[in-house]
Amino acid sequence: MTDASDAGDDRAIVITGICGRLGRRLTRLLHREARVIGLDRRAFPDRPRDIEHHEIDLRSKRAQDIFRSGEVRALVHLGVMHNPRDSAEEHHAWNVVAFQHLLEYAERYKVPKVILLSSANVYGPRPDNAQFLHEEAPLLGAGPFSEIRDLVGLDMCAQSYLWRYPETEAVILRPSHILGTVHNAPSNYLRLKLVPTLLGFDPMMQVVHQDDVVWALRAALAPGVRGIFNIGGPPPVPLSRALQLLERSVLKVPHSVARVAVDRLFRWRVTDFPAPELDFIRYVCMVDDARARAVFGYRPQHALLETLRAVDEERWQ
Amino acid sequence: MEPRNALARLADVASHAMPLAERLRAIARRATDELKTRLLGRDFEQRTAILKERYLDLGGDPFGFDADTARHAAMVIAFFHRMYFRTEVFGIENVPAGRALLVANHSGQVPIDAAIVGSSMFFDANPPRVVRAMVDRWAATLPFVSAFFTRIGQVVGVPENARRLLEMGEVLLAFPEGIRGVSKPFDRRYQLEPFGLGFMRLAIETKTPIVPVAIIGAEEQYVSLGNIKWAARLLDIPVFPLVPQLFVPGAQMPLPTRYRVHFGEPMSFQGDPDDDDTVVAEKVWLVRQTISDMLRRGLSSRRSVFL
Repeated sequence: MTDASDAGDDRAIVITGICGRLGRRLTRLLHREARVIGLDRRAFPDRPRDIEHHEIDLRSKRAQDIFRSGEVRALVHLGVMHNPRDSAEEHHAWNVVAFQHLLEYAERYKVPKVILLSSANVYGPRPDNAQFLHEEAPLLGAGPFSEIRDLVGLDMCAQSYLWRYPETEAVILRPSHILGTVHNAPSNYLRLKLVPTLLGFDPMMQVVHQDDVVWALRAALAPGVRGIFNIGGPPPVPLSRALQLLERSVLKVPHSVARVAVDRLFRWRVTDFPAPELDFIRYVCMVDDARARAVFGYRPQHALLETLRAVDEERWQ
Repeated sequence: MEPRNALARLADVASHAMPLAERLRAIARRATDELKTRLLGRDFEQRTAILKERYLDLGGDPFGFDADTARHAAMVIAFFHRMYFRTEVFGIENVPAGRALLVANHSGQVPIDAAIVGSSMFFDANPPRVVRAMVDRWAATLPFVSAFFTRIGQVVGVPENARRLLEMGEVLLAFPEGIRGVSKPFDRRYQLEPFGLGFMRLAIETKTPIVPVAIIGAEEQYVSLGNIKWAARLLDIPVFPLVPQLFVPGAQMPLPTRYRVHFGEPMSFQGDPDDDDTVVAEKVWLVRQTISDMLRRGLSSRRSVFL
């Protein structure tokens, strides 16, 4: 594989949402081999010295100035917000509108590469899903769960950009459940001391280590990579097996009870899992990553147990 | 009575009764062992082990087959396979070692025929194989059923799954008659309903040999006199068979007919999987005719429905 750093090119890689756990890991991997510019609403106090960080809103004028210099060779968009507590408007404004702005800059100032970290959740967990979904599968994730409409919208935005500007190398990565120190729903779920599961349901689960996703992001930076790629992980296992490997205590709850209970608990702010997300522990939502393996040589480096145990690693990393 | 005295007497009884109990237990154990061997065969554990090892290099079956659950299911189905229906299996060596598509006639009001084909491939094939059938989508929404089906190797019926399984070198079971086959009334027994074309396109596309399978004995397990259309409409189910035996208390079990499963020689088809329906239908007709012939031959050589 060609080196992602593309040595000799001193133009910068702009990473949005750099202060997230995934962003920081990607930065650590990239900053020695390329110029990195971070964009985030949050501060990045312990950042490596050689990276440039802008604590701004992606929709602001200053974000445009960064691209205007013409010194950007790639945009890596990790700044996707998914907080079930925030309103749909907030999500739309931040995820869809901000990303549209970024795409506009990328197009106007001829950024040759745009990478979006989407998610396999856009396909949605469904009883009639193929065991392993291809990139062409319809994005039905928002059907039963309208709160993630903006995540599907985001993916669609990137897709239309991909087809409209064939000269730009647009890449959409759709990893399955990312596990690690990240604070996403699957990692938080597996971190619970007592893990509730649905009585009588035991779907196959596909998980991927955060560092494998970071590796894929870096690989996608290589010139020539373009298109939509699913990112799977080690061979899938039933949910019960994953919990057994993590030595978690399990509480089995009938679906009808769980739905009502989680809905109430969410409203009372006891849990941060919205009830429709229960479908993720009810039906399969796994991806076929053959294309990523063929095009940029993606191979998950972390075995299943290692990937699962990554959720228990030091939180402050 | 002094408690000490009572204890002594109890000990006395125990010392006499113990050898007897031991002996009874030994007899019981021998009897269950014998029954187990008769039911499951001597090599049951080896067979389970082979299935367990089959998916090791894949890091476990990606569809969720679990050899331990399958082992328990096999123990239950063995009773029906060996004792209740006393299945006779013919030509199972015709099933190729690699990928194969078993195409069978469907019958019997309740799809027990699928389980019997599955248990034939487990108990009678060498080496044992997992038969993958495609289950309806709604089965995936039912608690317990979905988890159980997944663990015994059944998958949701979408074409991508079938393709992937065949690429993995699995044995797939298809009933191209669909639900119409299962719910045939008694007067149309062993007459094949029209076949769907999907299985043929799949076989051509994945270059999979088709093994025609004729299942005899299932048609008589529940005698259906017809379909009560208004009841089916009322309950929103495809058919509501009128089976008199279901109204007799205690007769809900299927009749203990003798199952005979004939595996035919594999058939290979070439061509374009996206050909016109008429072109594919001709090939499907060949398979349907083969199964029909096998049924006719099987029926004429059968002496009795129950023996």
